[in-house]
Amino acid sequence: MALRNIIGKRIGNGIGLVGRRSLSTATCDVENRNSKSMNLYSAINQALHLALETDPRAFVFGEDVSFGGVFRCTTGLADRFGKARVFNTPLCEQGIVGFGIGLAAMGNRAIAEIQFADYIYPAFDQIVNEAAKFRYRSGNQFNCGGLTIRAPYGAVGHGGHYHSQSPEAFFCHVPGIKVVIPRSPRQAKGLLLSCIRDPNPVVFFEPKWLYRLAVEEVPEHDYMLPLSEAEVIRQGSDITLVGWGAQLTIMEQACIEAEKDGISCELIDLKTLMPWDKETVEASVRKTGRVLISHEAPVTGGFGAEISASIVERCFLRLEAPVARVCGLDTPFPLVFEPFYMPSKNKVLDAIKATVDY
Amino acid sequence: MGRMGFSPKHACLTDEKDPNRQKITNLTSCLLVSCQLNLHCEVRPPFSSKFPLPFFPSLPIGTKATKMSTAFSAANFSTQSFPLNHTSTTSHDSPLVFAKPTSQFLRSTRKLRLSSSSKLNLNRRSGTVVAVSDVVKQKKSKSTPTLLITKEEGLELYEDMVLGRAFEDMCAQMYYRGKMFGFVHLYNGQEAVSTGFIKLLKQQDSVVSTYRDHVHALSKGVPARAVMSELFGKTTGCCRGQGGSMHMFSREHNLLGGFAFIGEGIPVATGAAFTSKYKREVLKEADCDHVTLAFFGDGTCNNGQFFECLNMAALWKLPIVFVVENNLWAIGMSHLRSTSDPQIYKKGPAFGMPGIHVDGMDVLKVREVAKEAIGRARRGEGPTLVECETYRFRGHSLADPDELRDPAEKAHYAARDPITALKKYLTENNLASDAELKAIDKKIDEVVEDAVEFADESPVPPRSQLLENVFADPKGFGIGPDGRYRCEDPKFTEGTAHV
Repeated sequence: MALRNIIGKRIGNGIGLVGRRSLSTATCDVENRNSKSMNLYSAINQALHLALETDPRAFVFGEDVSFGGVFRCTTGLADRFGKARVFNTPLCEQGIVGFGIGLAAMGNRAIAEIQFADYIYPAFDQIVNEAAKFRYRSGNQFNCGGLTIRAPYGAVGHGGHYHSQSPEAFFCHVPGIKVVIPRSPRQAKGLLLSCIRDPNPVVFFEPKWLYRLAVEEVPEHDYMLPLSEAEVIRQGSDITLVGWGAQLTIMEQACIEAEKDGISCELIDLKTLMPWDKETVEASVRKTGRVLISHEAPVTGGFGAEISASIVERCFLRLEAPVARVCGLDTPFPLVFEPFYMPSKNKVLDAIKATVDY
Repeated sequence: MGRMGFSPKHACLTDEKDPNRQKITNLTSCLLVSCQLNLHCEVRPPFSSKFPLPFFPSLPIGTKATKMSTAFSAANFSTQSFPLNHTSTTSHDSPLVFAKPTSQFLRSTRKLRLSSSSKLNLNRRSGTVVAVSDVVKQKKSKSTPTLLITKEEGLELYEDMVLGRAFEDMCAQMYYRGKMFGFVHLYNGQEAVSTGFIKLLKQQDSVVSTYRDHVHALSKGVPARAVMSELFGKTTGCCRGQGGSMHMFSREHNLLGGFAFIGEGIPVATGAAFTSKYKREVLKEADCDHVTLAFFGDGTCNNGQFFECLNMAALWKLPIVFVVENNLWAIGMSHLRSTSDPQIYKKGPAFGMPGIHVDGMDVLKVREVAKEAIGRARRGEGPTLVECETYRFRGHSLADPDELRDPAEKAHYAARDPITALKKYLTENNLASDAELKAIDKKIDEVVEDAVEFADESPVPPRSQLLENVFADPKGFGIGPDGRYRCEDPKFTEGTAHV
């Protein structure tokens, strides 16, 4: 656990610095003026402060947000903006999201927090049946674009069944909502501000493992990062690795090890899962000819399946090996067996070698 | 909301200066108090007799008394009268706030009640409970102390509560030593609820709990060793280490789980209750009078699942008791600030079942209310909603710094420690000596130590267990083409780890 702390910090920094050059059209228009070293929850906290500052009709609500939230992402908001704009809701996820849809439909920016992504399922009905279809059903008379749902997701080392799930695949299957997952503090702030200001409902998953572990230089001003643009965070020529969120940390480590064996890996952060940037990934696969996707969610039906199918469709003749997916096992997220369940660095490394040696 | 976060309506139970509080040591007062809260929205009783009378024969329809009795018709408890002086403490508590909306509501309930022609039932039921209370009241007036429990029962209750407390304290120690991990939620302070209810159950009765389930498991009979091993994640745990702190299950003791998700267990309990009713009425197993208890917190009472199940249980008259452990806090959110009407017991009559409020820091009061509620369920009279006012001495979980609660509030409840209260009761009423109680303390310490040792020495589950029980085939689908478990294959950590 301690080792992971150190590595996490270093890689967090590493990813931040390496991510400047990118193959895609996504320009990281984040100048390094007045930046401060901070972790993920502080970056998100800053983004929320800016969002509420710049829009008087923005609201933040959820369970326990007024004292700062269980992960401290909402500290200081209630004191600064008042209880009319930052307030606790009772323990009813379905009610929270539905209420947020109503707020958004009347032109407000509703930033709803679901305490853990594992708890988002009661709200699933509202998200899928209402939020995703509001604009479509009403013929564009109403929309809930002002809705942003933030939820911490992913493994945390000791979370067990109900504090570690990665439900992004369920939401990617719904036309009408966007799904965004940041990998680091700097990305999180820019992406969250973009999500809040995007005229579509967005589900923003925050990797809870990185809340304290990822530390990076984050600019203090108001900046937005473009959605639906993937970023190549490491250049390579032998194999393309696609991932998002905390898993990129693991993949980065695997890339560094593979480098020692002479395999040059290209690492892509999808950032936005729905709608995802197919062009960037396709361009990269055309360069390398091999692709590996990795995520924490169970492999069957995970979002890696969608990426795999799309890539095969587009680049079939260019592919030199089958699309590899290194993901969680097809079991409920275990408690004691978490190290065996997770797509660890070794599993990724083995898959890289197997794919390259195909 | 008041310094202690109490609204005036709670003051009558918790106010130190309240003369009623000192006398609340027996059944009648318990019922009286619950009556007060049930009825104070009506502001005043229509009569002043000391002894309870059945309402129907003596009062004309349309008086408040009838409204009260019909509205709470199924509530045996609330048809009691009480001396006028008791009401004075509550009746001036913002009557405007409660009288109007609630009385309209009650009126609507009354219509339903009458149309379902349950009047005769009401008579019979209120008659029964009146008799009990009558007897107890008379005993009281002769000033001989009425003991609610025998010596054996008292020692059993004491032992159970001390086991719960000692176990939880040991959990905290083990957690900070790194022997257990994950999210652990401790039950210190709430033992009276678990002991008061579960000790009245038979082995075949079911209990459904929340993530704060260690003590429910212990009270239900799951051995301390099994619970501790489960917390350590070992194979000898009650779920073979699969679930951890928040997921205690036991088929042998009919513990249908710990649920990490609030409110998730309530529909499960409702279904379990239906099963026993079905067995009794359709399959004609006449002796099947199994009851289900669903435990959950105050925050859960704002969740949709709770209301859905109250409706289903009352509609089908299921043998279930909904026990609300109202400890006033949902992590950092005060119950009083998140609920439109913080008196949860009132939500029972809204769905057609009695709602009772009881002091959850007093195991004897809880036990008396539990007896009646469980008795009701066993007789087939339907569900009950019991709100236990209790408090957790520690934070929400071991990761919670517990900075938000007022120290004065904590001190107030610490003074009402259920174990100390029971100890005092036992010694003052000569049911047990200090030496006997100390012997129990020592025995429990040994039990807990033994549980820790056992858990320490138990093996960690093998990797094969990871893939078991995903589907009905216990081996899961983790069998490779060579017929062995995939995870026993040394190459399991390599490759793409498909199953």
